[in-house]
Amino acid sequence: MEVAISVIVGFMIIGALYAIHAKDILSAVIAGGIVGYSLVICFLMLKAPDLAIVQIVVETITLIIMVAVVLDSSREEAFSRPDRRGYISAAMTIVVVVTLLYFFRMSIDTLDSFGTGTLRMAGPYIEGAVEKTGSVNLVTGVVFDFRGYDTLGEATVLVTAVLGVLTILRIKGKK
Amino acid sequence: MTVYLLCFILFLVGLYGVITRRNLIKIAISLSIMEFSSFLFFALIGFVDGGVAPIVDPADPLKTYVDPLPQALVLTAIVIGLATTAMLMAVIIRIYRKYKTFDIREISNLRG
Amino acid sequence: MKGMTIIVKKTTQLIAGLVFLYGIYIIIHGHLTPGGGFAGGVILAGSFILQILAFGSEFTHLLKEETGSTFYENMAILVVLFLAVSGLLFGLKVFFLNWVPQGTPGEIISAGMLPLYNIFVGIEVAASILTIFLALVIFKEEISK
Repeated sequence: MEVAISVIVGFMIIGALYAIHAKDILSAVIAGGIVGYSLVICFLMLKAPDLAIVQIVVETITLIIMVAVVLDSSREEAFSRPDRRGYISAAMTIVVVVTLLYFFRMSIDTLDSFGTGTLRMAGPYIEGAVEKTGSVNLVTGVVFDFRGYDTLGEATVLVTAVLGVLTILRIKGKK
Repeated sequence: MTVYLLCFILFLVGLYGVITRRNLIKIAISLSIMEFSSFLFFALIGFVDGGVAPIVDPADPLKTYVDPLPQALVLTAIVIGLATTAMLMAVIIRIYRKYKTFDIREISNLRG
Repeated sequence: MKGMTIIVKKTTQLIAGLVFLYGIYIIIHGHLTPGGGFAGGVILAGSFILQILAFGSEFTHLLKEETGSTFYENMAILVVLFLAVSGLLFGLKVFFLNWVPQGTPGEIISAGMLPLYNIFVGIEVAASILTIFLALVIFKEEISK
Protein backbone atom coordinates (compact mmCIF):
# COMPACT_ATOMS: atom_id res chain seq x y z
CA MET A 1 0.00 0.00 0.00
CA GLU A 2 2.76 2.42 0.81
CA VAL A 3 4.53 1.75 -2.49
CA ALA A 4 1.36 2.32 -4.53
CA ILE A 5 0.58 5.63 -2.83
CA SER A 6 4.18 6.75 -3.23
CA VAL A 7 4.02 6.11 -6.97
CA ILE A 8 0.83 8.12 -7.34
CA VAL A 9 2.19 11.02 -5.29
CA GLY A 10 5.26 10.91 -7.52
CA PHE A 11 3.01 11.37 -10.55
CA MET A 12 1.31 14.26 -8.79
CA ILE A 13 4.68 15.94 -8.25
CA ILE A 14 5.57 15.56 -11.93
CA GLY A 15 2.19 16.98 -12.95
CA ALA A 16 2.59 19.91 -10.55
CA LEU A 17 6.06 20.69 -11.89
CA TYR A 18 4.71 20.70 -15.43
CA ALA A 19 1.78 22.94 -14.42
CA ILE A 20 4.16 25.53 -13.07
CA HIS A 21 6.52 25.61 -16.03
CA ALA A 22 4.09 25.32 -18.94
CA LYS A 23 4.26 27.95 -21.68
CA ASP A 24 0.56 27.83 -22.51
CA ILE A 25 -1.80 28.76 -19.69
CA LEU A 26 -4.57 26.39 -20.74
CA SER A 27 -2.15 23.45 -20.47
CA ALA A 28 -1.21 24.60 -16.98
CA VAL A 29 -4.86 24.66 -15.89
CA ILE A 30 -5.48 21.15 -17.21
CA ALA A 31 -2.32 19.85 -15.49
CA GLY A 32 -3.64 21.31 -12.25
CA GLY A 33 -6.82 19.35 -12.86
CA ILE A 34 -4.77 16.16 -13.24
CA VAL A 35 -3.29 16.70 -9.76
CA GLY A 36 -6.80 17.00 -8.36
CA TYR A 37 -8.07 13.83 -10.01
CA SER A 38 -5.05 11.81 -8.83
CA LEU A 39 -5.95 12.90 -5.32
CA VAL A 40 -9.29 11.08 -5.76
CA ILE A 41 -7.43 7.81 -6.40
CA CYS A 42 -5.30 8.41 -3.31
CA PHE A 43 -8.40 8.98 -1.19
CA LEU A 44 -9.98 5.75 -2.44
CA MET A 45 -6.86 3.76 -1.60
CA LEU A 46 -6.78 5.28 1.88
CA LYS A 47 -10.33 4.01 2.51
CA ALA A 48 -12.07 7.40 2.62
CA PRO A 49 -15.10 7.28 0.27
CA ASP A 50 -16.77 10.50 1.51
CA LEU A 51 -13.72 12.56 0.62
CA ALA A 52 -13.47 10.97 -2.82
CA ILE A 53 -17.07 11.91 -3.73
CA VAL A 54 -16.61 15.52 -2.63
CA GLN A 55 -13.18 15.93 -4.24
CA ILE A 56 -14.18 14.68 -7.67
CA VAL A 57 -17.16 17.01 -8.02
CA VAL A 58 -15.32 20.00 -6.55
CA GLU A 59 -12.40 19.47 -8.92
CA THR A 60 -14.75 19.43 -11.92
CA ILE A 61 -16.39 22.69 -10.86
CA THR A 62 -13.00 24.32 -10.27
CA LEU A 63 -11.82 23.27 -13.74
CA ILE A 64 -14.98 24.73 -15.32
CA ILE A 65 -14.44 28.10 -13.65
CA MET A 66 -10.73 28.27 -14.48
CA VAL A 67 -11.13 27.31 -18.13
CA ALA A 68 -13.91 29.88 -18.52
CA VAL A 69 -11.61 32.58 -17.15
CA VAL A 70 -8.63 31.60 -19.31
CA LEU A 71 -10.44 31.10 -22.60
CA ASP A 72 -11.49 34.67 -23.24
CA SER A 73 -8.16 36.30 -22.61
CA SER A 74 -4.71 36.12 -24.07
CA ARG A 75 -3.24 32.69 -23.57
CA GLU A 76 0.45 33.29 -23.79
CA GLU A 77 2.77 33.72 -20.89
CA ALA A 78 5.25 36.37 -21.79
CA PHE A 79 8.66 34.82 -21.17
CA SER A 80 11.35 37.34 -20.39
CA ARG A 81 14.91 37.07 -19.24
CA PRO A 82 15.17 36.37 -15.53
CA ASP A 83 16.42 39.65 -14.21
CA ARG A 84 17.78 40.56 -10.82
CA ARG A 85 14.46 40.35 -9.01
CA GLY A 86 13.95 36.86 -10.45
CA TYR A 87 17.32 35.66 -9.16
CA ILE A 88 16.68 37.07 -5.70
CA SER A 89 13.29 35.38 -5.41
CA ALA A 90 14.69 32.04 -6.65
CA ALA A 91 17.52 32.15 -4.09
CA MET A 92 15.09 33.05 -1.32
CA THR A 93 12.89 30.14 -2.34
CA ILE A 94 15.78 27.68 -2.14
CA VAL A 95 16.69 28.87 1.37
CA VAL A 96 13.09 28.56 2.58
CA VAL A 97 12.69 25.10 1.01
CA VAL A 98 15.86 23.68 2.58
CA THR A 99 14.99 25.07 6.00
CA LEU A 100 11.45 23.67 5.89
CA LEU A 101 12.69 20.25 4.72
CA TYR A 102 15.17 20.05 7.59
CA PHE A 103 12.58 20.89 10.23
CA PHE A 104 10.03 18.55 8.70
CA ARG A 105 12.54 15.71 8.75
CA MET A 106 13.12 16.39 12.41
CA SER A 107 9.45 16.51 13.32
CA ILE A 108 8.15 13.36 11.65
CA ASP A 109 10.45 11.23 13.75
CA THR A 110 7.91 11.57 16.52
CA LEU A 111 5.15 10.02 14.39
CA ASP A 112 4.69 6.27 14.23
CA SER A 113 5.46 4.71 10.89
CA PHE A 114 2.83 4.76 8.20
CA GLY A 115 -0.32 2.79 8.99
CA THR A 116 0.40 1.54 12.46
CA GLY A 117 -0.34 3.98 15.21
CA THR A 118 -3.72 5.45 15.95
CA LEU A 119 -4.28 8.90 17.32
CA ARG A 120 -5.30 9.34 20.90
CA MET A 121 -8.90 10.35 20.27
CA ALA A 122 -9.70 7.54 17.84
CA GLY A 123 -10.67 5.01 20.51
CA PRO A 124 -13.31 7.09 22.33
CA TYR A 125 -14.83 8.21 19.04
CA ILE A 126 -15.16 4.76 17.54
CA GLU A 127 -16.26 2.72 20.53
CA GLY A 128 -19.40 4.38 21.73
CA ALA A 129 -20.37 6.07 18.47
CA VAL A 130 -23.22 3.83 17.34
CA GLU A 131 -24.98 3.99 20.71
CA LYS A 132 -24.37 7.68 21.33
CA THR A 133 -25.23 9.12 17.93
CA GLY A 134 -27.30 6.33 16.41
CA SER A 135 -25.77 6.63 12.96
CA VAL A 136 -23.98 3.82 11.19
CA ASN A 137 -21.74 6.16 9.20
CA LEU A 138 -19.01 7.19 11.62
CA VAL A 139 -17.78 10.22 9.67
CA THR A 140 -21.28 11.79 9.57
CA GLY A 141 -21.64 11.12 13.28
CA VAL A 142 -18.37 12.88 14.02
CA VAL A 143 -19.08 15.83 11.69
CA PHE A 144 -22.61 16.60 12.86
CA ASP A 145 -22.79 15.31 16.42
CA PHE A 146 -19.42 15.21 18.13
CA ARG A 147 -18.02 18.17 16.20
CA GLY A 148 -21.15 20.08 15.25
CA TYR A 149 -19.66 23.44 16.15
CA ASP A 150 -17.01 23.11 13.43
CA THR A 151 -19.71 22.40 10.86
CA LEU A 152 -21.59 25.52 11.89
CA GLY A 153 -18.41 27.54 11.44
CA GLU A 154 -17.84 26.02 8.02
CA ALA A 155 -21.33 26.94 6.85
CA THR A 156 -20.67 30.50 8.00
CA VAL A 157 -17.43 30.61 6.00
CA LEU A 158 -19.31 29.50 2.88
CA VAL A 159 -21.93 32.23 3.30
CA THR A 160 -19.18 34.82 3.80
CA ALA A 161 -17.33 33.68 0.69
CA VAL A 162 -20.52 34.02 -1.37
CA LEU A 163 -20.99 37.50 0.10
CA GLY A 164 -17.45 38.38 -0.94
CA VAL A 165 -17.93 37.16 -4.52
CA LEU A 166 -21.19 39.05 -4.88
CA THR A 167 -19.54 42.24 -3.64
CA ILE A 168 -16.49 41.99 -5.91
CA LEU A 169 -18.46 41.29 -9.07
CA ARG A 170 -21.03 44.02 -8.80
CA ILE A 171 -21.36 46.69 -11.44
CA LYS A 172 -22.83 49.88 -10.21
CA GLY A 173 -25.00 51.71 -12.64
CA LYS A 174 -23.89 55.23 -13.15
CA LYS A 175 -26.58 57.74 -12.36
CA MET B 1 7.98 7.66 6.10
CA THR B 2 8.68 8.23 2.45
CA VAL B 3 5.01 8.93 1.85
CA TYR B 4 5.03 11.80 4.33
CA LEU B 5 8.17 13.18 2.73
CA LEU B 6 6.72 13.00 -0.78
CA CYS B 7 3.56 14.72 0.39
CA PHE B 8 5.62 17.53 1.86
CA ILE B 9 7.62 17.84 -1.37
CA LEU B 10 4.32 18.41 -3.20
CA PHE B 11 3.60 21.23 -0.73
CA LEU B 12 7.03 22.72 -1.42
CA VAL B 13 6.48 22.54 -5.18
CA GLY B 14 3.31 24.57 -4.70
CA LEU B 15 5.15 27.06 -2.50
CA TYR B 16 7.86 27.45 -5.14
CA GLY B 17 5.17 28.19 -7.70
CA VAL B 18 3.56 30.89 -5.56
CA ILE B 19 6.84 32.69 -4.89
CA THR B 20 8.51 32.67 -8.29
CA ARG B 21 5.79 32.85 -10.93
CA ARG B 22 4.63 36.10 -12.48
CA ASN B 23 1.38 35.05 -14.05
CA LEU B 24 -1.70 35.34 -11.83
CA ILE B 25 -3.36 32.16 -13.07
CA LYS B 26 -0.26 30.13 -12.20
CA ILE B 27 -0.24 31.60 -8.70
CA ALA B 28 -3.86 30.47 -8.28
CA ILE B 29 -3.03 26.94 -9.52
CA SER B 30 -0.05 26.68 -7.15
CA LEU B 31 -2.19 27.75 -4.20
CA SER B 32 -4.64 25.01 -5.09
CA ILE B 33 -1.79 22.46 -5.21
CA MET B 34 -0.72 23.47 -1.69
CA GLU B 35 -4.24 22.86 -0.43
CA PHE B 36 -4.34 19.38 -2.01
CA SER B 37 -1.11 18.36 -0.32
CA SER B 38 -2.43 19.28 3.12
CA PHE B 39 -5.65 17.28 2.54
CA LEU B 40 -3.51 14.29 1.55
CA PHE B 41 -1.39 14.61 4.68
CA PHE B 42 -4.45 14.51 6.92
CA ALA B 43 -5.81 11.44 5.18
CA LEU B 44 -2.41 9.72 5.47
CA ILE B 45 -2.20 10.23 9.22
CA GLY B 46 -5.47 8.51 9.94
CA PHE B 47 -4.79 5.32 8.00
CA VAL B 48 -4.55 1.97 9.79
CA ASP B 49 -3.11 -1.11 8.09
CA GLY B 50 -5.84 -3.63 7.33
CA GLY B 51 -8.62 -1.25 8.29
CA VAL B 52 -11.86 -0.80 6.41
CA ALA B 53 -13.84 2.32 5.58
CA PRO B 54 -15.55 3.79 8.67
CA ILE B 55 -19.08 2.47 8.05
CA VAL B 56 -20.13 0.18 10.87
CA ASP B 57 -21.39 -3.17 9.61
CA PRO B 58 -24.23 -4.27 11.91
CA ALA B 59 -23.47 -7.94 11.40
CA ASP B 60 -19.82 -7.77 12.48
CA PRO B 61 -19.22 -4.68 14.58
CA LEU B 62 -15.72 -5.47 15.82
CA LYS B 63 -13.51 -4.88 12.80
CA THR B 64 -10.70 -2.39 12.86
CA TYR B 65 -11.79 0.88 11.33
CA VAL B 66 -9.81 3.66 9.77
CA ASP B 67 -9.71 6.72 12.00
CA PRO B 68 -12.76 8.92 11.20
CA LEU B 69 -11.59 12.15 12.82
CA PRO B 70 -9.09 13.39 10.17
CA GLN B 71 -11.61 12.53 7.45
CA ALA B 72 -14.22 14.67 9.19
CA LEU B 73 -11.81 17.60 9.33
CA VAL B 74 -10.90 17.36 5.64
CA LEU B 75 -14.51 16.94 4.46
CA THR B 76 -15.48 20.53 5.18
CA ALA B 77 -12.09 21.88 4.17
CA ILE B 78 -12.50 20.70 0.57
CA VAL B 79 -15.68 22.73 0.07
CA ILE B 80 -14.09 25.79 1.68
CA GLY B 81 -11.17 25.42 -0.73
CA LEU B 82 -13.58 25.62 -3.65
CA ALA B 83 -15.14 28.81 -2.28
CA THR B 84 -11.80 30.56 -1.79
CA THR B 85 -10.51 29.52 -5.21
CA ALA B 86 -13.68 30.93 -6.79
CA MET B 87 -13.20 34.18 -4.88
CA LEU B 88 -9.60 34.42 -6.11
CA MET B 89 -10.81 33.93 -9.70
CA ALA B 90 -13.34 36.74 -9.22
CA VAL B 91 -10.53 39.11 -8.19
CA ILE B 92 -8.43 37.97 -11.18
CA ILE B 93 -11.33 38.69 -13.57
CA ARG B 94 -11.62 42.20 -12.18
CA ILE B 95 -7.89 42.83 -12.51
CA TYR B 96 -7.86 41.57 -16.10
CA ARG B 97 -10.73 43.80 -17.06
CA LYS B 98 -8.98 46.89 -15.76
CA TYR B 99 -5.34 46.32 -16.75
CA LYS B 100 -5.69 43.88 -19.70
CA THR B 101 -2.82 41.71 -18.50
CA PHE B 102 -2.15 38.85 -16.11
CA ASP B 103 1.41 39.85 -15.22
CA ILE B 104 1.92 41.07 -11.69
CA ARG B 105 4.88 43.33 -12.44
CA GLU B 106 3.04 45.33 -15.04
CA ILE B 107 0.10 45.72 -12.69
CA SER B 108 2.23 47.25 -10.00
CA ASN B 109 3.75 49.65 -12.50
CA LEU B 110 0.51 51.18 -13.64
CA ARG B 111 -1.01 53.02 -10.74
CA GLY B 112 -4.60 54.20 -10.72
CA MET C 1 -24.56 33.13 -23.36
CA LYS C 2 -25.03 30.70 -26.19
CA GLY C 3 -25.89 27.10 -25.58
CA MET C 4 -24.10 24.13 -27.03
CA THR C 5 -24.88 21.80 -29.95
CA ILE C 6 -27.94 19.62 -30.16
CA ILE C 7 -26.20 16.44 -29.02
CA VAL C 8 -25.23 18.05 -25.73
CA LYS C 9 -28.73 19.45 -25.29
CA LYS C 10 -30.43 16.08 -25.79
CA THR C 11 -27.99 14.31 -23.47
CA THR C 12 -28.52 16.94 -20.79
CA GLN C 13 -32.26 16.57 -21.04
CA LEU C 14 -31.86 12.88 -20.30
CA ILE C 15 -29.26 13.09 -17.55
CA ALA C 16 -29.85 16.26 -15.50
CA GLY C 17 -32.92 14.87 -13.76
CA LEU C 18 -31.09 11.67 -12.81
CA VAL C 19 -28.16 13.62 -11.35
CA PHE C 20 -30.58 15.68 -9.26
CA LEU C 21 -32.23 12.51 -7.96
CA TYR C 22 -28.83 11.00 -7.16
CA GLY C 23 -27.89 14.09 -5.15
CA ILE C 24 -31.07 13.85 -3.10
CA TYR C 25 -30.40 10.14 -2.50
CA ILE C 26 -26.90 10.81 -1.18
CA ILE C 27 -28.19 13.54 1.15
CA ILE C 28 -31.03 11.52 2.64
CA HIS C 29 -28.98 8.34 3.17
CA GLY C 30 -26.16 10.33 4.74
CA HIS C 31 -26.17 8.42 7.99
CA LEU C 32 -26.20 4.98 6.38
CA THR C 33 -23.82 5.08 3.41
CA PRO C 34 -20.82 7.24 2.55
CA GLY C 35 -21.80 10.76 1.60
CA GLY C 36 -23.79 13.09 3.74
CA GLY C 37 -24.70 16.74 3.47
CA PHE C 38 -21.62 18.11 1.75
CA ALA C 39 -21.26 15.46 -0.94
CA GLY C 40 -24.94 15.57 -1.84
CA GLY C 41 -24.94 19.36 -1.88
CA VAL C 42 -22.14 19.65 -4.40
CA ILE C 43 -23.77 17.01 -6.62
CA LEU C 44 -27.01 19.04 -6.63
CA ALA C 45 -25.08 22.14 -7.61
CA GLY C 46 -23.39 20.15 -10.38
CA SER C 47 -26.76 19.25 -11.86
CA PHE C 48 -27.80 22.91 -12.11
CA ILE C 49 -24.44 23.99 -13.52
CA LEU C 50 -24.75 21.32 -16.21
CA GLN C 51 -28.11 22.71 -17.30
CA ILE C 52 -26.88 26.29 -17.43
CA LEU C 53 -23.82 25.36 -19.48
CA ALA C 54 -25.71 23.23 -21.98
CA PHE C 55 -28.67 25.46 -22.70
CA GLY C 56 -27.37 28.96 -22.17
CA SER C 57 -29.73 31.56 -20.90
CA GLU C 58 -30.79 35.05 -21.46
CA PHE C 59 -29.61 37.61 -19.08
CA THR C 60 -32.86 38.53 -17.32
CA HIS C 61 -33.68 34.89 -16.69
CA LEU C 62 -30.35 34.42 -14.90
CA LEU C 63 -31.02 37.42 -12.65
CA LYS C 64 -34.26 35.86 -11.46
CA GLU C 65 -32.45 32.59 -10.74
CA GLU C 66 -29.86 34.38 -8.66
CA THR C 67 -32.51 35.95 -6.46
CA GLY C 68 -34.02 32.52 -5.84
CA SER C 69 -30.73 30.83 -4.98
CA THR C 70 -29.65 33.47 -2.47
CA PHE C 71 -33.05 33.16 -0.79
CA TYR C 72 -32.65 29.39 -0.41
CA GLU C 73 -29.12 29.75 0.94
CA ASN C 74 -30.10 32.25 3.62
CA MET C 75 -33.15 30.28 4.72
CA ALA C 76 -31.13 27.06 4.99
CA ILE C 77 -28.40 28.57 7.17
CA LEU C 78 -31.00 30.14 9.47
CA VAL C 79 -32.77 26.78 9.87
CA VAL C 80 -29.45 25.09 10.74
CA LEU C 81 -28.83 27.73 13.37
CA PHE C 82 -32.34 27.29 14.75
CA LEU C 83 -31.90 23.51 14.97
CA ALA C 84 -28.64 24.00 16.86
CA VAL C 85 -30.19 26.46 19.33
CA SER C 86 -33.34 24.38 19.81
CA GLY C 87 -31.63 22.42 22.57
CA LEU C 88 -31.43 25.61 24.61
CA LEU C 89 -35.00 26.65 23.92
CA PHE C 90 -36.72 23.46 24.99
CA GLY C 91 -35.29 23.43 28.44
CA LEU C 92 -32.42 21.05 27.99
CA LYS C 93 -29.79 23.75 28.42
CA VAL C 94 -27.14 22.28 26.09
CA PHE C 95 -26.12 23.77 22.75
CA PHE C 96 -26.16 21.28 19.83
CA LEU C 97 -27.85 18.46 21.70
CA ASN C 98 -29.22 15.55 19.71
CA TRP C 99 -32.53 15.42 21.55
CA VAL C 100 -34.82 13.73 19.03
CA PRO C 101 -35.23 10.07 20.11
CA GLN C 102 -32.92 7.74 18.21
CA GLY C 103 -34.34 4.64 16.64
CA THR C 104 -32.54 1.44 15.79
CA PRO C 105 -29.32 2.06 13.87
CA GLY C 106 -29.52 0.95 10.27
CA GLU C 107 -32.88 2.31 9.21
CA ILE C 108 -33.68 5.53 7.42
CA ILE C 109 -35.54 7.16 10.30
CA SER C 110 -32.89 6.86 12.97
CA ALA C 111 -29.96 8.79 14.41
CA GLY C 112 -32.01 11.59 15.95
CA MET C 113 -31.54 14.96 14.35
CA LEU C 114 -28.79 13.93 11.94
CA PRO C 115 -30.99 13.55 8.80
CA LEU C 116 -32.42 17.05 9.37
CA TYR C 117 -28.93 18.51 9.65
CA ASN C 118 -27.88 16.67 6.49
CA ILE C 119 -30.82 18.00 4.45
CA PHE C 120 -30.43 21.63 5.39
CA VAL C 121 -26.65 21.72 5.11
CA GLY C 122 -27.01 20.07 1.70
CA ILE C 123 -29.45 22.77 0.51
CA GLU C 124 -27.12 25.45 1.84
CA VAL C 125 -24.01 24.12 0.11
CA ALA C 126 -25.84 23.64 -3.21
CA ALA C 127 -27.28 27.16 -3.15
CA SER C 128 -23.89 28.69 -2.27
CA ILE C 129 -22.03 27.09 -5.15
CA LEU C 130 -24.85 27.91 -7.56
CA THR C 131 -24.81 31.56 -6.45
CA ILE C 132 -21.06 31.82 -7.00
CA PHE C 133 -21.37 30.36 -10.49
CA LEU C 134 -24.31 32.60 -11.41
CA ALA C 135 -22.47 35.70 -10.22
CA LEU C 136 -19.54 34.86 -12.53
CA VAL C 137 -21.81 34.19 -15.52
CA ILE C 138 -23.83 37.38 -15.02
CA PHE C 139 -20.63 39.44 -14.77
CA LYS C 140 -19.40 38.01 -18.05
CA GLU C 141 -22.74 38.77 -19.71
CA GLU C 142 -22.76 42.37 -18.55
CA ILE C 143 -19.21 42.98 -19.74
CA SER C 144 -19.81 41.72 -23.24
CA LYS C 145 -22.89 43.91 -23.73
